Amino acid sequence: MKPWWVVVRKEVLESLRDRRTLLSALVLAPLFGPLMFSFSMQTMLQRGLNDQDKPLQVAVMGKEHAPNLVHWLESQGLEEVSAPKDEASIPAAVRDAKPRLVLVIGPDYAQRFRAAKAAGVKVYVDSSDQDSRRDFDRLDRLLQSYSNQTSALRLAARGVDPGIAVPVVVDEIDVSTPAARAQSLLAILSYFLLFSMLIGGMYVAIDATAGERERGSLEPLVSLPVSRDALVAGKFIATMAFSCVSLILTLASFAISLRFVPLESIGMSANLGPKVLAGVFLTLLPFLPLAAALLTLVASFARSFREAQSWMTGALLVPTLPIMVAAMTGMKPTALMMAVPSLSQHFLIARLLRDEAVPLTDGLLSAGGSLLLAGVLLVLVVRLWRREKLLG
Amino acid sequence: MIQVTGLAKRFGKVEAVRDVSFTAPDGRITGLLGPNGAGKSTTLRLLYGALTPDRGEARVDGLLAGPEQTEARRQLGVLPHGAGLYPHLTARENIRYFGELHGMSGPTLEKRITELVAMLELGEAAERKTQGFSQGQKVKVGIARALVHSPRNLILDEPTNGLDVMAIRSLREVLRGLRAAGHCILFSSHVMQEVAALCDDVVIIAGGCVVASGTPEQLREQAGTATLEDAFVLLLGRATAEVQS
Repeated sequence: MKPWWVVVRKEVLESLRDRRTLLSALVLAPLFGPLMFSFSMQTMLQRGLNDQDKPLQVAVMGKEHAPNLVHWLESQGLEEVSAPKDEASIPAAVRDAKPRLVLVIGPDYAQRFRAAKAAGVKVYVDSSDQDSRRDFDRLDRLLQSYSNQTSALRLAARGVDPGIAVPVVVDEIDVSTPAARAQSLLAILSYFLLFSMLIGGMYVAIDATAGERERGSLEPLVSLPVSRDALVAGKFIATMAFSCVSLILTLASFAISLRFVPLESIGMSANLGPKVLAGVFLTLLPFLPLAAALLTLVASFARSFREAQSWMTGALLVPTLPIMVAAMTGMKPTALMMAVPSLSQHFLIARLLRDEAVPLTDGLLSAGGSLLLAGVLLVLVVRLWRREKLLG
Repeated sequence: MIQVTGLAKRFGKVEAVRDVSFTAPDGRITGLLGPNGAGKSTTLRLLYGALTPDRGEARVDGLLAGPEQTEARRQLGVLPHGAGLYPHLTARENIRYFGELHGMSGPTLEKRITELVAMLELGEAAERKTQGFSQGQKVKVGIARALVHSPRNLILDEPTNGLDVMAIRSLREVLRGLRAAGHCILFSSHVMQEVAALCDDVVIIAGGCVVASGTPEQLREQAGTATLEDAFVLLLGRATAEVQS
């Protein structure tokens, strides 16, 4: 057996016996990510669905002053609920979301309306509550539209073209395809997948380097007739193996859990079929050595297990930075970005999920960029291990 | 056989080893004796290739030692400071790991491990995880691990640290047995009694230099004292005075 292979086998065996390593590599990343993701997506979609169908519950005070308005609102889906007994008790009731909205129509409404003067209504809302805010927006839109209709009628009655009061008309034309709309939700998926590789290999890398030094087992190890390069190689490969298993499990659990998210019901499709899954896996494959090299490098710097852990928190964030910047600035992929690790994988996965063809050059560029950086980091690790300071 | 000539090593401003020369022959137990911080561990670490010397050289069976010199390390078994075992592996797995890294495998390796387990009287503890082993058991596993490839030379850094009387006695037995088998044994200690009880040759180190060396009798004669302890104190005192002047 080659020494590096002996090291790989030992690191894997040791990690398999360590509950913490197992938990993070084989349970945490594969379950936590997809579960959280599916759950948040499900509630998001459910909310979007409900908004259209659910009646808008509003308590109306002084409806006798504006029967037409209330009647019209009811025809648009407003459901009247019982109102607080007087106006003074409204704020407290609204803060308790019982009811979320109160529409108050003053006694002078009818008179002003008839006189074609601006007639005011009050809406009580607790804007710190998300659901109330959303309900308010709906009610506000309805009131606006009633107002617009009325003004158009009034202008027409006076022989004026209603168009004169509407200098600009906005017509929203949504050109996104259903799959592309889902993609904006799925953008975060690539992050979870990259994350799973880092989490999966993290404790193996720490155990094999900083942990080994802390236990004092590094000293006898380097006293063996084995080159330090071979030791590094073994530790690196063992880390990569765990990252890979974690990635595969995470992909599988995503594929399963996303089936229970009703993407289709709002006209979106997340096609995570075998073909797309294979493509995603291939795209992420070159990131494996990069993740393992990054983890090994960071862990080799640390003096102790604890120190390594705190360094790792930073290392876990590094791959997310390009993705976050891209998401916030709405970048479109260019050739240069296709060479940036993590960002390129993010773009490629987005394309795969959108069912778009991925040009071979982009795939190669992405793989090349990641492998190149992995190589650079590995050289650094090997250099670090050749230094006397490694042993402390 | 282990030979060290004019060895020197500095860490930043600290000169851990200034000038250390000695020979540890086969079939004898050589003790590296000195107070804490005298440079004993650094000398041993230079020997097993954890460090590169600034000056001088260390040879194992005539082979130059150093981080790149794997051949010299092949002739060495090392028990560094604190045994440094893997707590999640059993004693046998700890020993097997080092055997495999020495290029051993299969029945040859398993037979050798069983031999060592018997020699060090590890018994059924051999199949248990080393987590929770007593210090004595850990040292035994460390020695078994160091001996797995049957090296001619054995280096032990403060092996008796933290051991109780019974464990120390049984360690002495093991080392005497190895001496009888013709091994070269080099061990460091800051405990005078330890060295007096076990060593054929003593090398006294202080301030990174060899202060005196020879058999316990020679050292007593040299210092003109009745006991080795008095000789140690006297020789050490002289050396310290020289360094200061």
